[in-house]
Amino acid sequence: MIFVAPAVLYVVIFQLLPVAYGFALSFTRYSPLQRGAPTFVGLENYVALLGDADFLNALWITARYTLQVLPVTVAIALLLAILANRPFRGVGIFRSALYIPHIVSLTAVSMIWLWMYSQNGLFNELLALVDLGPQRWLNDPDSALNGVSVMRVWKALGSNMVLLLAGLQTIPKDLYEQASIDGATRWHQFRHVTLPGLRPMLIYVVAMDIIYLSQSFAEIFVLTSGGPLNSTTTVNYLIYTEAFDYSRMGSASAMAFVLFAFIAGLTLIALRAGRER
Amino acid sequence: MSAITRGPTRRSRMTRTRKAQIVNIVLLTVVTLLVLFPFVWMVSLAFTPAESAFRDVTLWPANPTWDNFVTALTVGNLGRAFLNSTIVALVAVATNCFITVSAGYAFAHLPFRGSNLIFYVLIATAAIPVAVTLIPLFLMVSNFPFAGGNDALGRGGSGLVDTLGGIAIPYLVGTMSIFLVRQFYKSMNPDLAEAARIDGASEFRLFWSIYMPLSKPIIAVVAIFSFTGVWDDLLWPLVVSSSPQSQTVQLALTRFSQTGNIQYAPLMAATIIVTIPVLLVFLLNQRHFISGLSEGAVKG
Repeated sequence: MIFVAPAVLYVVIFQLLPVAYGFALSFTRYSPLQRGAPTFVGLENYVALLGDADFLNALWITARYTLQVLPVTVAIALLLAILANRPFRGVGIFRSALYIPHIVSLTAVSMIWLWMYSQNGLFNELLALVDLGPQRWLNDPDSALNGVSVMRVWKALGSNMVLLLAGLQTIPKDLYEQASIDGATRWHQFRHVTLPGLRPMLIYVVAMDIIYLSQSFAEIFVLTSGGPLNSTTTVNYLIYTEAFDYSRMGSASAMAFVLFAFIAGLTLIALRAGRER
Repeated sequence: MSAITRGPTRRSRMTRTRKAQIVNIVLLTVVTLLVLFPFVWMVSLAFTPAESAFRDVTLWPANPTWDNFVTALTVGNLGRAFLNSTIVALVAVATNCFITVSAGYAFAHLPFRGSNLIFYVLIATAAIPVAVTLIPLFLMVSNFPFAGGNDALGRGGSGLVDTLGGIAIPYLVGTMSIFLVRQFYKSMNPDLAEAARIDGASEFRLFWSIYMPLSKPIIAVVAIFSFTGVWDDLLWPLVVSSSPQSQTVQLALTRFSQTGNIQYAPLMAATIIVTIPVLLVFLLNQRHFISGLSEGAVKG
């Protein structure tokens, strides 16, 4: 009991209590700048969110970002994992190298991409090589979110690949041998041996990706600050500005709980879809 | 008989796998080079003189220079940020190693009534979005009793806002680490300590002298995770730190990029400086990194 007491105490005080506190705050109007106590307003914050164009836009952006980064990342990572699953000399080097973007902080990699997308950055230089004019990338509302997404796919590839690789290695080798003796093509092997064997890990990877991607903040903060024209304002970014730029703690807390429900819903859908039929 | 008829097909299969192998390696090499290219480019720019950083950046800079690193360290106040992040990270490593390792051990080997329930509640908190606890934690930190001019009820002053103590709070105990530690000890034989237990050694003694010496790998994983957790975080320091005296490395980086006219060459130098510690930790402990990441998933 003494062994777990510090951990339990910490989690109660700094995890569970804040959740309860935040939930209570979401039914109040509160600005710490005007030294007064929170005033209870019932469901007002939640009702207001339903008609708040900025919030609905942020939910849509978050959903779009998550659902466009996720499948691309998982597909490429799966391909790489299959390639790196065959034992050959030096395979470890590829594994480590591909993992490096995951190690470097989101803030730091965003700095590199900020520069690559800039006016005289790498991407415009490459376009110039083939005589194409410069693009505005992150400064154009039509392409900004896609620009951030490309970076995020690049960043998430390594961790997804390493996890999927660990999943692949739990599939017994003789299943493949059996299948090839039975004359199965590589596609058949993939469809009937690899995918079923990989199912638990695939579900785990997708769930983790959903949880991380739908909470995107740092890359938005660095690359676009939510702009241009709110085209990259994710819910997490909106919560940050609502709470710490405008000091509206009550409504920001309500947003956080809607986001919580949104993430939980999305994760449950993914778990459902991945369940064995 | 069968060996003779199988001969040729087996050989052609051999060359086929040979070919597949080469295609494999070529594909992996191409993807890896593409993935690493931004980093190579970052290094090139960091060594390019700032005045020529807006045109003709080449893979190998014409006049390589350390100037950008000097600018990064002096103008960006990066040194102070480096020190701050190191202090907070080391505190978090220490608390995590003590608290999560002992808790994980107890959940694995010293079950008590309700210990499983408590364990699952602890683990479930890992799924709570950061945004949910961000605001309450900030208010708790700013109303922390007896700190920053606060009275016993936490009113009157600024509490732990803009202090390293305030920044450290969310990192002190990682619930995912408790989970990893428990999995680690579960895979160890509980009979290991039985003889000593019968001889009347205390539980604390058993843990300390029998299990602890075997626990280096898991302690390394916990230490690495808590270190990078602190080092790489942006949102919490952004909220809690308001002056250069308490800013962390990632925060210092963003201050760099948020000036009107971004100087990319010193920014890349700063990014390199900030990234080197985590990269070193990774390169020296690759085994632990990757095993820690996938162990949790496979056994979970």
